[in-house]
Amino acid sequence: MTKQELEKAAANGLINRRHLLGLGLAGMGTVASTSLLGAEAGFNLEIPGWSKQPGANASGYGSRSKFTDDMQRMSGNPNPLYPGGGSSRSPLHQLQGSITPNSLHFERHHAGIPDIDPAQHKLVIHGLVRQPLVFNYEDLLRYPMVSKIYFLECSGNSGSLFGPNPADGSAQSLHGLVSGAEWTGIPLSTLLDEAGVDPEARWINAVGADAASMGRSIPLNRAMNDVMLALFQNGEPVRPGQGYPMRLFVPGCEGNISVKWLTQIKLTREPTHFRDETSKYTDTRLDRKSQQFTFPMGTKSVITAPSGQMKLERQGIYQVTGIAWSGRGSIRRVEVSADGGRTWADAMIDSHQSEKALARFRIPWQWSGGDAVLQSRATDSQGNVQPTRTSLVTEKGNISTYHFHGIQSWAINTAGDVSNVYA
Amino acid sequence: MFTLKKILSAAAVSASLTIGLSAVVQAQSLGTPINESQLQGFDLIAQPDGSGYPRGSGTAVQGKAIFERRCVTCHGMTGEGTSTNTRLVGGDMQSEERPIRTVGSYWPHASTLFDYVQRAMPADAPKSLTSDEVYQVIAYVLHLNGIIEDSLVLNKETLMQVEMPNKDGFIDSSQAP
Repeated sequence: MTKQELEKAAANGLINRRHLLGLGLAGMGTVASTSLLGAEAGFNLEIPGWSKQPGANASGYGSRSKFTDDMQRMSGNPNPLYPGGGSSRSPLHQLQGSITPNSLHFERHHAGIPDIDPAQHKLVIHGLVRQPLVFNYEDLLRYPMVSKIYFLECSGNSGSLFGPNPADGSAQSLHGLVSGAEWTGIPLSTLLDEAGVDPEARWINAVGADAASMGRSIPLNRAMNDVMLALFQNGEPVRPGQGYPMRLFVPGCEGNISVKWLTQIKLTREPTHFRDETSKYTDTRLDRKSQQFTFPMGTKSVITAPSGQMKLERQGIYQVTGIAWSGRGSIRRVEVSADGGRTWADAMIDSHQSEKALARFRIPWQWSGGDAVLQSRATDSQGNVQPTRTSLVTEKGNISTYHFHGIQSWAINTAGDVSNVYA
Repeated sequence: MFTLKKILSAAAVSASLTIGLSAVVQAQSLGTPINESQLQGFDLIAQPDGSGYPRGSGTAVQGKAIFERRCVTCHGMTGEGTSTNTRLVGGDMQSEERPIRTVGSYWPHASTLFDYVQRAMPADAPKSLTSDEVYQVIAYVLHLNGIIEDSLVLNKETLMQVEMPNKDGFIDSSQAP
């Protein structure tokens, strides 16, 4: 296929998504018209050394190639005054697909990761129930379970984009507090039904077994819907950093309410108004009233490549790719712009997307060496469209910096440098 | 760890698959009944309606000593904090500038102060304060914000009556679509 046959989908180099496979793109940086390994490179291919001797034996527990060790979560320096507080961000710019490896799933802790012996861990359900109950881990493993693919996003993700000036950041540093996984566990309704919900109960109050005994209040109607007691993540027991031996998982909602190391569920008439649902994770509006219990995460997308702090080394065809998600449904459409939002083209979305899960999108783009601003705009199954940053900040103000879901702009200059801008 | 062994052993004893299947069905009710009285030291939830507060009491005068011993590294000698995140005192939600949000200016319920200090503070030794000490130290934080007198004996009853300046400042979005 020649360049002349490529159907333009939008201005400044965006190519119709149907060319994705035809171009044979293998990832960012692939150039359709040149070859670095061609005859002019002046060498012959030889059988490599690893093809001439037996490799390592199978192992009990796998590890990645040492050549990928640079793929790491990013976390701030430990604060000695706040032991165990902080977060680690997924390397979105290096990942593909819509499932985050457990070792690279983002984390947010409020008092560190407890080292819990599952044989000593208890889950108590009490308060406004017919019969208070205590469960142990072994018995919970015997319950019927469900497996679902969901995203998880910290409500503080992308918060710096509320700021007056664009931060010099990467997809990881700006947006890395979102990840996707398959979660397996027990529908919480199963356990609440076993305890017998009192008709007067309106809220569950979930508390973790970490040093902060982190707690959140969740409306009972949501808790009885699609909330699960998650015991497995991507097929293996939930890792300590994700709440081993068990966590609450509230699909589509701000990550903080999916309480890790879950040890207590108390049913009450009113919410507790925990510190993390009053002082934190609340959104002060321009009229100085503050919204509390803002649970579903907004319709959102971010281009993960090319993305901030990358450099395009040469002109040619690139695969623009990223992730999209919505706390209120599935992703139905992702559009991409290369001219700062003036013209848009539909990106290809992987077909296995589901409700409240990450969807991977891709579209080919020809960079001709000029200035460009790449943006992506998601639409979910409820018709919610991702807003521009300007409209979001105008509507919400920036007193609070939670629940940012505006459009990200990556500028490419003539040198190929990619940077976060407000456009 | 895995239930199959239990199911198989049940089936082997009875030589009947029916027993094995019934064991699976029974596995759906494996919670052990307990009484609320067994949770007295475990349930730390303290709500605005006064539920969940332990016995005990204290004044700001008593709390000052604890605060200066256990809290000032992060929160400063008079609650001014070492960062916006650790500032406990001051601020005005109606100020024209970007409002500084603290316990005094932002938190809508005094119960949250008790609940949070009891479960999570001090950050380097959570749950190391006695109930009396929790009442004392939160009395001091409330006093630093000018919300209570330093002589007020804070206990379950008096804490319920404390009105926070921003008590009407929040909108419940929990049932928003």
